[in-house]
Amino acid sequence: MTTTEKTAAVSAPRTPEAAGSPLLQVRDLHVEFHTRDGVVKAVNGVNYSVSAGETLAVLGESGSGKSVTAQAIMGILDMPPAKIPQGEILFRGEDMLKMTVEQRRRVRGAKIAMIFQDALSSLNPVLSVGYQLGEMFRVHQGLSKKDAKAKAIELMDKVKIPAAKNRVGDYPHQFSGGMRQRIMIAMALALEPDLIIADEPTTALDVTVQAQVMDLLAELQREYHMGLILITHDLGVVADVADKIAVMYAGRIVENAPVRELYKNPAHPYTRGLLDSIPRLDQKGQELYAIKGLPPNLLHVPSGCAFNPRCPMAQDVCRTDVPALAKVADGRGSACHFWKETLHG
Amino acid sequence: MGRYVARRLLQMIPVFIGTTLLIFLMVYSLPGDPIAALFGDKAADPATVARLRHEYGLDQPLLVQYWNYLTGLLQGDFGQSFTGRPVADLMADAFPVTIRLALFAFGIEVVLGIALGMLTGLKRGKFIDQLVLVLTLVVISIPVFVLGFLAQFFLGFKWGVITPTVQDSMNLGQLAVPAVVLGALSLAYVTRLTRTTVAENLRADYMRTALAKGLPTRRRIGVHLMRNSLIPVITFLGTDLGMLMGGAIVTEGIFNVQGVGNTLYRAIQTSEGPTVVGIVTVLVLVYLVASLVVDLLYAVLDPRIRYA
Amino acid sequence: MPDKTTVTPSSVAGAGPGQTGSGVDVSAPSVAAASELASMGGVNKPRSLGQDAWRELRARPMFWTAGILLVVLILMAAFPFLFTGADPGHADLRNHYLGDPQWTHLFQEDWFGYNKQGQSVWARTVYGARASVIIGICVTFAVTVLGGFLGMIAGYFGGWWDALLSRLTDIFFGIPLLLGALVLLQAFTHRTVWTVVLGLTVFGWMQIARVMRGAVITQKQADFVTAARALGAGNGRILLKHILPNAIGPVIVVATIALAGYISTEATLSYLGIGLQPPAISWGVDIASAKDVLRDAPHVLLVPSTFLSLTVLAFILLGDAVRDALDPKLR
Repeated sequence: MTTTEKTAAVSAPRTPEAAGSPLLQVRDLHVEFHTRDGVVKAVNGVNYSVSAGETLAVLGESGSGKSVTAQAIMGILDMPPAKIPQGEILFRGEDMLKMTVEQRRRVRGAKIAMIFQDALSSLNPVLSVGYQLGEMFRVHQGLSKKDAKAKAIELMDKVKIPAAKNRVGDYPHQFSGGMRQRIMIAMALALEPDLIIADEPTTALDVTVQAQVMDLLAELQREYHMGLILITHDLGVVADVADKIAVMYAGRIVENAPVRELYKNPAHPYTRGLLDSIPRLDQKGQELYAIKGLPPNLLHVPSGCAFNPRCPMAQDVCRTDVPALAKVADGRGSACHFWKETLHG
Repeated sequence: MGRYVARRLLQMIPVFIGTTLLIFLMVYSLPGDPIAALFGDKAADPATVARLRHEYGLDQPLLVQYWNYLTGLLQGDFGQSFTGRPVADLMADAFPVTIRLALFAFGIEVVLGIALGMLTGLKRGKFIDQLVLVLTLVVISIPVFVLGFLAQFFLGFKWGVITPTVQDSMNLGQLAVPAVVLGALSLAYVTRLTRTTVAENLRADYMRTALAKGLPTRRRIGVHLMRNSLIPVITFLGTDLGMLMGGAIVTEGIFNVQGVGNTLYRAIQTSEGPTVVGIVTVLVLVYLVASLVVDLLYAVLDPRIRYA
Repeated sequence: MPDKTTVTPSSVAGAGPGQTGSGVDVSAPSVAAASELASMGGVNKPRSLGQDAWRELRARPMFWTAGILLVVLILMAAFPFLFTGADPGHADLRNHYLGDPQWTHLFQEDWFGYNKQGQSVWARTVYGARASVIIGICVTFAVTVLGGFLGMIAGYFGGWWDALLSRLTDIFFGIPLLLGALVLLQAFTHRTVWTVVLGLTVFGWMQIARVMRGAVITQKQADFVTAARALGAGNGRILLKHILPNAIGPVIVVATIALAGYISTEATLSYLGIGLQPPAISWGVDIASAKDVLRDAPHVLLVPSTFLSLTVLAFILLGDAVRDALDPKLR
């Protein structure tokens, strides 16, 4: 650790947020993967923004580009094969894609942190959790080994791990799934970042533990007034914690809306399909709705609207023209040629 | 930990007995009379043969012979070779040479193998990776004795960089080329193994976490990647030290190094039973201790392994 | 190292996420871009493992190099007279003692010169392929059968069988292949190809046994085996019909990779004078007899050495290819 790193990390003040200006803005982001089979366009012009204290849920199937977008924001895509031919990722107004490698590294973990889905494989199996937590302070703040360990215990207390002091030297495999995910959260929180990206943080957990972990995350977000991007495929998780939702399909945002409005009245047939396929207590005995077909192969995305082969409302225009994200209301958009019909249908 | 070591040591006993018994049986029960061989092509005097057989206990049942050998061994007695010299003496001359040679080869293999493996694993698919990979293939394909002759011919005869055979078996400088030849195959294996584990671990989720934590590259590679990648390599290295000492038969023969390999080879050719059994016994011990050390090291490096 | 208990991350993580309780599971969860990519590619065009392996192999220059080398080699072993008209045993000491190679006389008797008995080095090299190929293939076959059988018994029946056979494996593992074969073969005054095969098999089966044991233990716990047992299938049937086909993959991989090692070891044994004996024609024997004249006539040693190395290389590449084809995890 060099001295410049230390001072930079310590002296960067937390600037008070100017009202209305978002913490993070993704503008027209494109990500491609160059594979042997061809170029896979995983993200095609995604726009979204998150403000401090706000939760954005990004919803989509695997292959929708939701995780790739998150990894592009974190700067942890493997490039190559990934390539970002176009777009901006503004963090506090500064385009992170134009930063140097070293500047980018200092943002990671300290200003923007990420929580991964599978805590067991995401934690290093041969290092103690105390070491892995303390590492954040040692690298970014230049703390001594001893102080870092004390901080690690503090963090483990914060995420409500019982007997933190005794368990700081334990290894990831010695913890239960829920406890491990708490450690991931603690690691992300360590340096009190401005933004946390949580990629399916509860998917790998038991149902009973899911709610606890999600509540903890929401509670800590409020406490630190952080922005949160919650990547998920689970509409149930979203409803409780998110302020707004962006629904992704085949690398594009097909609908974005405040969470209540989207639930009440979706403006895209895909969103509608997702909502209709939730089992409901008041419709016992009826067959569950399922969106027909399979997610598209991104090497051969259907022409026009990528959703058209699976869409119950598809017309000829859907097979030829890519629908732009139309403004439905303030803070609401839908990329469907027939969003009005969907909204009122 | 203490109990684990004790248990492992206890488990080694039947394996040790089994292996030495196996060698013993092969040396003494298979056709071919070692005493007759002592006389070469000359017709031996039956009375002398009988006397010698009795002297070496060869007239007793095989298992009794083995029992006598084993009890002698516990008192540090490896028996007497047919030439009358104690086997322990022979080994005291030969082992220091081979240990030097094997450790030299081992050092080359560890340092160079891990360095090249890390380099190629990190630069997978790049030119340097392909180059090293092809070179390791070439080395693996050339049998050790051919490699030895190539070194002897080019370095020794053609370019005169080294003396074709080793004059002083204790001289480290003269042992350099034999050590490279001896360690070349393992070097190639270590390189390939390290390359594979590095490339595999590089894709692991925890490496992505390390990146997301904003750790500098040096730390990600040096702390997070290294430790995980070296665990399988260490297993290989542990069993390899014994292999190197056994493999010295060929290398020592080519370069005329007066070590265990040469002694053992001569003993095998002349049916020198006590010497063969003695040397192999020590080699087996080296192998068993090395595997125990590897197991312990493994458990230290990988917390997921419990002492069972 | 039979008593280590390992908790691998994959064994736990591989269980995957359970069905989420609330909401709808619209996707198999994926985190890494790589896994998303994989699912993208696989959605519309599922490919079988075999097809995938073949596609992978076809694109590799190494695979074709190995293939061509092997075809030439096997032709040489089966029909040596196609490559040379000369008699490998014919010695003409007066005219041809250490005769120099005539590099332009392609495929002719004096192409690679003569050895100290005045025999054609090229003819001897061509005829020497047979011993290497036969021994390599036969030993591989024998160790696969022997090691596979013992490993299967140990893995399937467990308990005392396992304890006994595992100790036996440990015992044999204590003696390196070359060393064991040397001591064993020394006892035979008259050695043929089959004696050498025996020597290498006796000290070569252990790795196969361990791999087979591990694979059988894994398969034994598989759901389809439990199902077969619940349906009343007997041990023999379960072993042969259910476990063996699924456990044989890693065994084939290890066996193919080991093949190159057996060829190399045979040559080493013959070189040390404890493998094949003259008048048998073997690269190892020829290299041994050429070493005394290395300084004056290196070609006598270098030509068979080159062919030996190319043969080992071909089988190593074959082993690599088989491994890649059968073990997609390693790709």
